[in-house]
This record gives sequence, C-alpha cells and structure tokens, in this order.
Amino acid sequence: MQFVADVGGATERSVAYVGGLAQLFGKSVRLLFVSPLKRGLLAQRAVHQAMAVGVGALPIVTLITFFVGVIIALQGAYELQRLGAMRLVASLVAISITRELGPLITAIVVIGRSGSAFAAEIGTMRVTEELDALETMALDPVAFLVVPKFLAMAIMMPCLAVWSDFMGVLGGCVFGVASGSFTFGSYVIATRDALVAHDVTTGIVKALVFGLVITAVGCQEGFATGAGAEEVGRSTTSAVVVSILLVILIDLVFTILFYLARGAA
Amino acid sequence: MAAPAGPAPVVISARDLRVQYGDREVLHGLAFDIVHGETVVVIGGSGSGKSTLLRTLVGLEKPSAGQVHVKGVDITKASEREMDRIRKKIGLAFQGGALIGSLSVGENIALPLVEHTTLKPTTIEVMVRIKLEQVGLTGFENYSPAQLSGGMRKRAAFARALAMDPEILFFDEPSAGLDPITAAGIDDLILDLKQAYSMTMVVVTHELASAFLIADRIILIDRGNIVAMGPTQEVRESRHPRVRQFLDRVADTTQDGDVDHLRMFTEGIR
Repeated sequence: MQFVADVGGATERSVAYVGGLAQLFGKSVRLLFVSPLKRGLLAQRAVHQAMAVGVGALPIVTLITFFVGVIIALQGAYELQRLGAMRLVASLVAISITRELGPLITAIVVIGRSGSAFAAEIGTMRVTEELDALETMALDPVAFLVVPKFLAMAIMMPCLAVWSDFMGVLGGCVFGVASGSFTFGSYVIATRDALVAHDVTTGIVKALVFGLVITAVGCQEGFATGAGAEEVGRSTTSAVVVSILLVILIDLVFTILFYLARGAA
Repeated sequence: MAAPAGPAPVVISARDLRVQYGDREVLHGLAFDIVHGETVVVIGGSGSGKSTLLRTLVGLEKPSAGQVHVKGVDITKASEREMDRIRKKIGLAFQGGALIGSLSVGENIALPLVEHTTLKPTTIEVMVRIKLEQVGLTGFENYSPAQLSGGMRKRAAFARALAMDPEILFFDEPSAGLDPITAAGIDDLILDLKQAYSMTMVVVTHELASAFLIADRIILIDRGNIVAMGPTQEVRESRHPRVRQFLDRVADTTQDGDVDHLRMFTEGIR
C-alpha cells in the first residue's frame, strides 16, 4: 500500500509542478497586457534578455549544429553508400535537422546557458532579499523579471532554431561536397527538393514551445529557492534537469501529433 | 524636533498579532501603536521574532491572526491593489541592502520613481542625485551594487527607501555587520533623517548603543512576546529580569533561543 501512496504522492507533486508552470505562464501573459510595469522599462529589459539568451548563444549554437550536420551526413553516408544512394544524404540531413535536431539541440544549449541562469538569478535575488525589496516597492517580481524573459525567449528561440537549421544543413553540405558526391549547387538543390515548408515550421513551433517551457521552469525553480547559497545551486541543477526532461517529453508529444496529423492528411 | 500640537495620529497599530511558520508560532499576540513622527526601535535577540515583525508590518508575511492597521488600512485583509498603494507610502531599507544586482546604484534609486510617477527622466536624475547626496554617496550613480562596501550598500538602500518620500521608513538591522565607525555614521544618518523630515521610523536592531541613541521609544521582543515597551529612558531603567538580562548582556544558561532559531532553518522555513 505504501508503494501506491508513494506513486500517488509523486504524481500529485508532478501535476502540481506543471500546474505551477502553467500558472506562471498565465500570469505572465496577463501582466504582458495589463503590465504594471511601464512599456519602456519592459522593452528595455526584454531586449537585454534577448541579447543574453539569443545573441549570446549564437556562437555555440552555430558550432554545435554545424558539427551535428556533419555527423548526420557521415552516419547516413555509411549505409547509403552501400546502397549507392549518396544523393539521399542531403535529404536525410535536411529533414532530421529541421524537424528534430535543430530545435532540440538549440533548446539544450539554451537550457544550459539561460535556463540555469534564470534559476540562479532569481534564486540569488530570493537569498539576498531583492525579491522582497521589489515587493515592498510595489513592483511585481513576475512583471519585472519573468515577463521580459518570456518575451525574449518567444522571439529568440525560433530565430535560433532557424539559424541552427541553416548551420546543420551547411555542415551536411560541407561533407557532401568534400566526399565528392555533390557540388555546392547540387547539394542546395537536393536540400530544397527534400524540404517542404511544413518541416521548417514544425521545427519553429517546437522551438517556441521549448523556449516557453525553459523560461517557466527556470523562473519557477528560482522562485522556489530556499534560504542560503547552496539552495541556489540546487535550484539551478533542477532547472536544467527538469527542463531537459520536459523538452524531450514535449518533443515526443509533438512528434506523435505531427505524425498522426500527417497520416490523416 | 518640534512636537506636533495635540496627540499625534496613530500610523501603525497592531492588535493580537500572531505569525506562524508552519506549526510554529513566532509572534504570540503582539499589540502596540506607533504614532506619527516618532522613531520606534524594536530590539531583541536572534530568533526573537523582531525581523518577522518587520516583515509583517510591510506585508511580506501574512499574520495567522490579529490585525495590523497601517495608515488606517488593515493590511491583513487588504487586497494586492490596496497593499501596493500602502507600499508606495513606505520605504524599507533591508539588512544587506537588497539592491537589484543587475541595475546600477542610480537605476536602483530611480526604479520606484520611474515606475510609480510620471516624472520626466531629467527630473528623476536630479532626484536620484539629491537622494544620494542625502546619504553621503554623491557621485556613485553609475557604480554597480557589487562594487560598494557593506556600509555604502546600506546607505544606497536608504536612498532607495527614501526615493518616494515615504511617510513611514523601516530599517532592518541598519548597523549589523559594520565596523563601529561606519555603524556610528549610519546612526548619525538616521538622526539626520529624523531631523530633516518628520517621518515615522521603525528600526529593528540588536545593537543596544545604537538603539538608545536613535529611539524615541523602544519595544523589546523576547521569544515572540513584547517584554518591555516605552520611552527610551523607561526601558533603560526597567527592572524586568529579561530586560535586565538583555541590556546587561548576560548569557542564557540554556540555549533555547538558539536551538529554536536553528530548528527554524533545519525545518526548511524561511
């Protein structure tokens, strides 16, 4: 019986956690429109966050997705070469990067860079009483801290995803040209023929949702920080772990939905 | 300071104020009034509940029972909107300063002005400069809080608390963790503010010398109860054993207070 109770308790906590995320998101959307924060300050903070979240992540996202593009092309070439189907390397790379790996790898890089930073920032502010200070100045911490982060993520994650698609394809192209199976021009044409707009848009939609989830988890973990510096470390760790888990879960759900929708069409 | 004609109006009034963290009651039914223009110092040992009292008075903690009226509004029943209206009339200088780390000192002080007033940016800039001058930090607008020393951070926090020209000013441990010279400087600053504005001030501290210097009235809290309350001189001469023990710095034979304090943290309650 204890086992059942444990499972029930864990389930209840998980549902409550996700409920908390939804609540934070809902409150942020409401505050975005009826924000007590002045527009100028909100925009300024959102731009500041967008620089940190998006522009700051550009070099590492570029590097990683480029290499992943090369790796996918290499792995694909193993099998496809035996079948004499090297022409398919371009479409393999294009589809796997745009539909799946581009957004996912971007999300994981952003979790490591920004999700953890959100939790650490808000957690530190909890410990140093800065959150209390905001409250006593009649400033809502969610409006002041969380809304700009959601805004920044909602704009930057799709941008980063598109950029990572581009870099991944470029990685595949470099291999394709180097292996002698393609010229640059023929690789581009093969990629264009393999892709439909739907592939790219599903990736962008996923990236947007990932961005919102990463923000919600990072901020919620930050607010949940207890007393003391070591608590900030704990929040940061769980922000990263929970974000990765949720991103993969959501990716799975999305992929199933897209698959079913495709079958119906 | 000129005494106001007639009895001064009561600005803060607490009745049967009880605060609980989980199952543990920290404040056991406090009752007191604070009138306009006076400086009340709340003293007490570590874990006595004096910081909790301060947090409750500014609305950061919800009491489990009782009433607290601030400027005539019962903050235990006030809506968020009403609470925000009261918060604009009070200033709180936190123990560690609690300046927003991502903003400069100047931006910290400007923050409530930018948000709650329609003043022009140039006017706000001038006001920030005036507030910084008042606390002796002229020219530090562009420093980040991390670049300031502990004493300067507290001064900057005072400047931010003063930004909205509050009617009530709260100080949490203004001289804790400072060397004697800097602490004396902070006391002088509070006395200056007291003279310059006829503000109501509530100071929470465990520094006796500082308390006797700045207070009009003293409230001594011990284990969540008020054990002495009255004009500074009266408290100084009190014969109450706990008051004497506190004022004469006699150690407890048992460490109940510390154990309680420790338990508060190990139970994971802030």
